[in-house]
Amino acid sequence: MAIELVCPAGSLPALKTAVDAGADCVYVGLRDATNARNFTGLNFDDRALADGVAYAHARGAKVLLALNTYPRSDNWARWTAAVDTAAERGIDAVILADPGLMRYALRTHPSLRRHLSVQGSATSYEAINFYHEQFGIQRAVLPRVLSLAQVEQVIAHTPVEIELFGFGGLCVMVEGRCALSAYATGESPNCNGACSPGKYVRWEQTAAGMEARVNGILIDRFAADERAGYPTLCKGRFAVGSETYYAIEEPTSLNTLELLPEIARMGVAAIKIEGRQRSPAYVGQVTRVWRQAIDRVAHEGDRFRPDAAWLRELARVSEGQSQTLGAYHRPWK
Amino acid sequence: MEPKLPAFIVPGRVAALVGRLPQLPPALALAGALNLALGRVLPREQLEPLAGKRLLVRVTDAGLALRFALGANGFRPVFDRQPDDLRISATLRDFLALALREEDADTLFFGRRLLMEGDTELGLLVKNTLDAVDWAALRPALPRVGLRPG
Repeated sequence: MAIELVCPAGSLPALKTAVDAGADCVYVGLRDATNARNFTGLNFDDRALADGVAYAHARGAKVLLALNTYPRSDNWARWTAAVDTAAERGIDAVILADPGLMRYALRTHPSLRRHLSVQGSATSYEAINFYHEQFGIQRAVLPRVLSLAQVEQVIAHTPVEIELFGFGGLCVMVEGRCALSAYATGESPNCNGACSPGKYVRWEQTAAGMEARVNGILIDRFAADERAGYPTLCKGRFAVGSETYYAIEEPTSLNTLELLPEIARMGVAAIKIEGRQRSPAYVGQVTRVWRQAIDRVAHEGDRFRPDAAWLRELARVSEGQSQTLGAYHRPWK
Repeated sequence: MEPKLPAFIVPGRVAALVGRLPQLPPALALAGALNLALGRVLPREQLEPLAGKRLLVRVTDAGLALRFALGANGFRPVFDRQPDDLRISATLRDFLALALREEDADTLFFGRRLLMEGDTELGLLVKNTLDAVDWAALRPALPRVGLRPG
């Protein structure tokens, strides 16, 4: 089975760009807190969703809807309405994190495919198999904390398809449970759909550098020649003892291009590209590179080597100072 | 694919000259172009949070500082003393690359080529609303001049 390429879209033009550039699937969200990229002006209203599904389906691509935040009892109906919308609009699968919502989707729209979101934070095959048995989950997106050897173990012990993040911004990766943003703003990505929502963020060029603040808290100050990252608390520089440094993590991008032969060999079903918050330009640039890479690895297997031009292109659009293989590559293990 | 638009910087002498010229004509031109788009390709309703806000577009290498606001009759240049609500700064080349969809705004931000100061929420609204304009679907309906990337 060829690896599916799953690309992000925060707007209809981004979806069309992804499909034209060779995405097998495009994942999108609605214009509210039902998804984890709930930013002003981003995402799909009903009309754009209908147009996007029609555009993708006419070209043999699928559309997945991320409903990967956690509803509360007072807004439950909004999340179930989003599941209904997915079914009505012919969405190919919903990406869910909340078990209650999985139960609703299974009972109300049994033929709608259900994927387990990275926000569900399931890292073991026992947890994934539980979601499969209870809610008929057909695919799981793995949190970016496992080594490839661990990913292989998961795949060997579950009937659920496994989707891996291949490229994009990294965070502290306590997905679905991270309260850092809520610590500073009172809003967490888990329930409100955004980490460091725009209304709390301020950038200012000062004599000392470009300052980034979240709800008034200074989280970083960039010198003129330093690459910047997103204004999230996990990527801030903090004074710890006598030192000021990236105490939690440095802004970094994941890039697994060179691991692709191994990923393909172990039977990973799909590679996911991060970045629904980004412009159509990024979606096109990254999708074109990964389409070529996945096609090449299908022919070349272990002889596969990424083009230098691909790596340059991906480095150019990356967040922060560096790229990493993340937890996937732990040669010492 | 690398961006087609080559890297360039407006020569310092030009910037020094432009900086001394009145900013009204270019501000009028930008407001005019935006007004042409408003209601046609830019959804007025979604941009409503911009109403009454002061936006400053600074073309850093060209010595241009274009200040305008969205009112009942569309965008217009403003020269009052009220503080800016949103300031966006980049070079002419990078503003053009954004308009042509050759560069992603976050890519430019990470590379320190785009600076957004003030009300970030307004900035996200502007960026995401522009990104959501479906030029391909609108092309047949557009006026014959301008506003057509690609």
